[in-house]
Amino acid sequence: MAVHLRSEPVWVRWTLIGMALAFLGLFIFLPLSMVFITGLNKGIAVYFKSINNPDALSAIRLTLITALVAVPLNLIFGVAASWAIAKFDFYGKSFLTTLIDLPLSVSPVISGLIYVLMFGAQGPFGTWLRDHGIKIIFAPPAIILATIFVTFPMVARELIPVMKAQGNDEEEAALTLGASGFQTFWRVTLPNIKWGLLYGVILCNARAMGEFGAVSVVSGHIRGQTNTLPLHIEILYNEYNFTAAFAAASLLAMLALVTLFAKSLVEYRYRAELKAALRLENHG
Amino acid sequence: MRKLILIVLTLFVLGTGAPQVFAAKQKVLLNVSYDPTRELYEEYNKAFIKHWQELSGETLEINQSHGGSGKQARAVIDGLDADIVTLALAYDIDSIVEKSGLLPAAWQQKLPHNSSPYTSTIVLLVRKGNPKNIKDWDDLAKPGINVITPNPKTSGGARWNYLAAWGYALKKWSNDEAKAQDFLRAIFRNVSILDSGARGSTTTFVERGIGDVLISWENEAYLAVNELGKDKFEIIIPSVSILAEPPVAVVERNASRHGTLKAAEEYLNYLYSDEGQEIAAKNYYRPRNEAIAQKYADQFQPISLFTIDELLGGWQKAQKTHFADKGTFDQIYGN
Repeated sequence: MAVHLRSEPVWVRWTLIGMALAFLGLFIFLPLSMVFITGLNKGIAVYFKSINNPDALSAIRLTLITALVAVPLNLIFGVAASWAIAKFDFYGKSFLTTLIDLPLSVSPVISGLIYVLMFGAQGPFGTWLRDHGIKIIFAPPAIILATIFVTFPMVARELIPVMKAQGNDEEEAALTLGASGFQTFWRVTLPNIKWGLLYGVILCNARAMGEFGAVSVVSGHIRGQTNTLPLHIEILYNEYNFTAAFAAASLLAMLALVTLFAKSLVEYRYRAELKAALRLENHG
Repeated sequence: MRKLILIVLTLFVLGTGAPQVFAAKQKVLLNVSYDPTRELYEEYNKAFIKHWQELSGETLEINQSHGGSGKQARAVIDGLDADIVTLALAYDIDSIVEKSGLLPAAWQQKLPHNSSPYTSTIVLLVRKGNPKNIKDWDDLAKPGINVITPNPKTSGGARWNYLAAWGYALKKWSNDEAKAQDFLRAIFRNVSILDSGARGSTTTFVERGIGDVLISWENEAYLAVNELGKDKFEIIIPSVSILAEPPVAVVERNASRHGTLKAAEEYLNYLYSDEGQEIAAKNYYRPRNEAIAQKYADQFQPISLFTIDELLGGWQKAQKTHFADKGTFDQIYGN
């Protein structure tokens, strides 16, 4: 085994490793550390002051609320859709699968504009909404809607292959033994997909918090009201407030790092679980 | 367990954050403005909140939204709930009137000076020492000069920029429009980046270091010089430029619905007060008030200005001739 791995000449291996490291350093590590360096270059006090101001806090709060609404909804939708697609046969199934992928292939600008067209003052619901004092567009609801739209496929796409790979055998056994549909889902299906599900949720959350394009179109950019963290960063940057911009950006970057860490953790656990499942199969 | 954590977190955020986000019941004014006025209105809002408190006893909250002037007008038409619009040019407010009817067609007669409490003009910003020796508009048309200006389709400032150059050309070639169009074509051949708003162009020139010359609002040029270093940039005053009159108006139907009409009207009136004019001058907008203009005289260099009415007979006509589909801008740029 070990001998086989070392069959490449030493210089080839080192060149390849060196190239990969240089690439990572130049294109990922260096820019990312610039974010932190610029954010901190006027000292830690200024760093915290720029995060602890009303506009920044409101942006952080709106970002969290958006993720907290969008992610659970997509979790429910994702499980339902992948359950339907992976476990059942019905007419129009491939059409549904295509629809789920749609938000990934549509430009974020369009994802935002569809809500402006629908709920904007000139849209079909515009007058009714205005007369009833309901604000959707240029307010948090539209931001949440646009975020749900762009993160729509995240959970379902993770789950469909996992569910397909597992097949229907265990569920059928449970149903034969007299379990109800809900019991089957709760006791059999869910434990089987939990790591895949968590993985999907992490990706969904990262995108929900980081989305810029679609949210920018529907936000209206009202300071302290409808700016999410990515929009807030752009505003600060455009105001020549670089330290504050990069302080806020470092928050988002840290979120990305935490997400990556969680993702590798889940991958690691997920793999162990899969291996265990495989071993069981071989023994049985 | 994970569910439990999620539920607790949700309750926590909704409990602490949502009331402020969803149900601000305090009197709130929303001022939808164009790109370079961020600093101006940030300062003015503080002064006005104090003034309104003294006048009516109410504590106001004033929210701001900024972007390219055309884009902002579009957002108000689409339902951005502005009580006040303070945009870069009258045409953008006209198009709100035309497409949504949120304010009366005669809005521009409601306040003095065509509803423009301050003015500005268009100048040239170059790198320190003026290495390309740019002195006037015709230097921008020379080959090898990299010009930065925003897109006239989306940016109000860009339309003033365009018309300033147009006015210069008409003067130089005694109203020969074909020559003026060739001149603009030569300038736009030198434009390497068309940002969507004035602030975007300033960032491109100042921050990213692209271009030899930025065509810019006077106030924006001063801000760039003073914020980012007098040792890096120089302002060049061209031989002639345009008198830019950024107008303000109350979006009456929105304000009435919010019950903020009185406050919104006073917000605009107070821009003409001594304090309002002084704040404008401090932020490099040319004040209308003579006494305050005198006080800041050394900040605003004398410059020969023409108005849009003299040049083209108003914004409706300017828009139609130059910036509508198949107007002169479309003819010289791209097509």
